[in-house]
Amino acid sequence: MENRSIVSIAEYGKEKIQYLLDMATEFEAHPNRQLLKGKVVATLFFEPSTRTRLSFETAANRLGARVIGFTDPKVTSSSKGETLKDTIKMVSNYADVIVMRHKLEGAALYASEVTDVPIINAGDGSNLHPSQTMLDLYSIYKTQGTLNNLNIYMVGDLKYGRTVHSLLMSMRKYNPTFHFIAPKELEMPDEYKLYCKQNNIKYIEQQDFTEDTIADADILYMTRVQRERFTDLMEYERVKDAYILKADMLGKAKENMKILHPLPRVNEIEYDVDESKHAYYFEQAQNGLYAREALICDVLGITLDQIKNDNTIID
Amino acid sequence: MDKQQKLVAALENGSVIDHIPTDKLFTVAQLLELEKCTEPVLIGNNLESQIMGKKGIIKIAGKFFTEAEISKLAVLCPNIRLTVIRNYEVAEKREVILPEKLTNIVKCANPVCITNNEPMKTVFYRMDKDTLKCRYCGKEQNLKDIKLK
Repeated sequence: MENRSIVSIAEYGKEKIQYLLDMATEFEAHPNRQLLKGKVVATLFFEPSTRTRLSFETAANRLGARVIGFTDPKVTSSSKGETLKDTIKMVSNYADVIVMRHKLEGAALYASEVTDVPIINAGDGSNLHPSQTMLDLYSIYKTQGTLNNLNIYMVGDLKYGRTVHSLLMSMRKYNPTFHFIAPKELEMPDEYKLYCKQNNIKYIEQQDFTEDTIADADILYMTRVQRERFTDLMEYERVKDAYILKADMLGKAKENMKILHPLPRVNEIEYDVDESKHAYYFEQAQNGLYAREALICDVLGITLDQIKNDNTIID
Repeated sequence: MDKQQKLVAALENGSVIDHIPTDKLFTVAQLLELEKCTEPVLIGNNLESQIMGKKGIIKIAGKFFTEAEISKLAVLCPNIRLTVIRNYEVAEKREVILPEKLTNIVKCANPVCITNNEPMKTVFYRMDKDTLKCRYCGKEQNLKDIKLK
């Protein structure tokens, strides 16, 4: 059987992305089903991540699967020196799908090579986080009605923020125009700017973040500017408040504009923005449930047709 | 027959590595673990070269390189030339070209790459003539900074 693991979705074409978006749409209409009755989903969190784990476990539970796993590597045999390979081999005897989070880059790809059980990458270090990208794409698609020809503004830490890098790569076929708004120290790395050039993706770089500079945005993708990312702390003190979104900056925003954020936020979106019709970050997190239901079904070989004709729906 | 050719011809069976950049000669000798070699070995450096100006050369009796060793040589100095001698004659001449895929030859420079933390083989892909990319963490690395496994 071919390995259906999802390690990265950066290389997915339009057709596959649309297929997964259509799946997620079905799950949003009917999230509770018994499609995975009798299946066991393992969630192996070698690195803690409460938000992602709860979202995956909820997705598995709402589809009728049972969940096993661990939330902290300290309580597992990897703390006794067991290799990743051995842990994956062992769990492969028990589970039908393995959702894993690991602090090391490439861990999910390696895991997918040592087992026939499909792996879903729930984040490997600062490398990839495809389920986050999928929920971002679903949120954009749902709020804009399309992924095509959008003005996407990315704000904050564009250097280390893996969510913005993955989103950028996944949007390459949809003719986006990106605006990168970041302090000098945290600007978009050259390799991603090169990627844009190679794929004919339009981008504009700027450091100003004002009511006027964001007036043309369809999507405002906010990220956290973290103190520990700066080598020059004076620079941090200078810019830390420059990338905070306030409600009074939304006066000129387009009607359809939505604000996304991978969460958790600290202070980069002021709480008064939560009341705005443009705020979408909590719904975005909820979309994660439907996106993850789609990913789990896809790796298990359950098709969109089966989901559409599913008679296990619980109302 | 000039002197250099005589030296080559003097090998009954073995290998000659030619066109080694002078600053890489001793690294190559180390890589090939020549100190453990019990057969005759000749090492020459700063020899005149029409192509390179100056070059290094290593000749080893009774030694035939494996593909893995050739890949390592290719990573270290991509333009060297390898000659295989059998029965006093040149049996094969090959340019050492960096392969498209390198398995377990190179060490990833990224400390948080899984390959540096798990007993496993590394895999690198050639991106262009002096860039390799790690299959696992995706980081690109320049050949001049590369470390062998």
